[in-house]
Amino acid sequence: MPFFKNIFFLSILTLSTFVHSFESSDKLLLTGGVNSLEGSAGGGLTPWAFIGGYGTDKQIGANAYITNVKTSDYNMVSTGALVGLYDRVEISFAHQVFDTRDVGSALGLGQGYELKQNVFGIKVKLLGDAVLEQSSWLPQIAFGIQVKDHEQPRVVKSFGAKDGTGIDYYLTATKIVLSESLLTNLTLRATKANQLGILGYGGGMNDSYELLPEVSIGYLFTRKLIAGVEYRFKPNNLAVATEDDWLDIFAAYTFNKNISATLAYAYLGNIVLKDKQSSLYTSIQIGF
Amino acid sequence: MFKKYLLCLFLLIGCASADKLATYKEFGEKEGITKVVDDLFVYLLQDERTKEAFSRLNLEKTKHGLSNFICVTLEGPCKYEGQSMRRAHKGQDITQAQFYAMVENMQKAMNQNNIPQRAQNKLLGKLAAMHKDIIGI
Repeated sequence: MPFFKNIFFLSILTLSTFVHSFESSDKLLLTGGVNSLEGSAGGGLTPWAFIGGYGTDKQIGANAYITNVKTSDYNMVSTGALVGLYDRVEISFAHQVFDTRDVGSALGLGQGYELKQNVFGIKVKLLGDAVLEQSSWLPQIAFGIQVKDHEQPRVVKSFGAKDGTGIDYYLTATKIVLSESLLTNLTLRATKANQLGILGYGGGMNDSYELLPEVSIGYLFTRKLIAGVEYRFKPNNLAVATEDDWLDIFAAYTFNKNISATLAYAYLGNIVLKDKQSSLYTSIQIGF
Repeated sequence: MFKKYLLCLFLLIGCASADKLATYKEFGEKEGITKVVDDLFVYLLQDERTKEAFSRLNLEKTKHGLSNFICVTLEGPCKYEGQSMRRAHKGQDITQAQFYAMVENMQKAMNQNNIPQRAQNKLLGKLAAMHKDIIGI
């Protein structure tokens, strides 16, 4: 754990180091994506092939974010930061706090018991350029990993999870079709994570990696506003609770290169004892 | 029956050719493009990333050339007689940052002239496709 916290403070430090040159990065608005729940740049629920921040191939970009997901019966806060190096490598960190509210007492954990985990991510752009390559259909492709470490492994194992840590591997392809003002993304993720890992990794029903797709489509209304939908397939490993796919409808607005906001409605299905979780997703990002 | 098919064919051709010039018309034809380019150069000459490179050029000639280039790019009835993109940018060592600065200022100029977003992106898509003849050569 100290390792992750160090990384987090390192990221913040890096951010503040660059605050004085806050206007220094030059990629186009929206092309750094927003911070997903797991910290990587992308949509809200899924990483995209964009390298986060506004750094070009000769620049560094970075940002920090706070996201709140208020569901019918739970609340999750995800905070984190990322650094984008030369539009090639992205290093990210996310700290997720999942408030079980009333379900906590029903499970004998206590009212408002919080499950916490940390996600350390690296993403590398392999080829293509989602924005510049407008004469070919080749998307921008990136490969990434998310190393996830739960802070209460014993608790999640008591729910039937096999492990308190896990690594997600993903390949993501993003294409902006400017002539149609469209952004499309397909991510393939190999994962064992139950509800992002908030409920641990693997379970009684399944304890091996599954390769699952995540899709996003967005319409570029202006250079500052994108809105669209995302769908994320999810595993269903735990014997005690069903896990459903996730769907969201989002709008992200960049006021300028330093601040942007995302608002979404997400349908998260069943989470432990509670079915049909509708949620409001709000996120603020600062960076350059 | 034959007449019906012929009508359909004409309609299709009609639609296709109207579509071909749709973006050009949304820009307000040549006159609209010239206004966008005029405003673009106001922004370019204020922008730290681009002002040096553009202030070295003969402004009137460059504006005239770019208006025609955009007009031709949108398949409008113009003639571009300037240098090819590659030739015009060769040896200038243009960075991605400068290219994006051009796009941003273009977006500002198009917004200033109330060019519809879809038409803006159609043009930017065509210009972005030329990046290999502009950046880092």
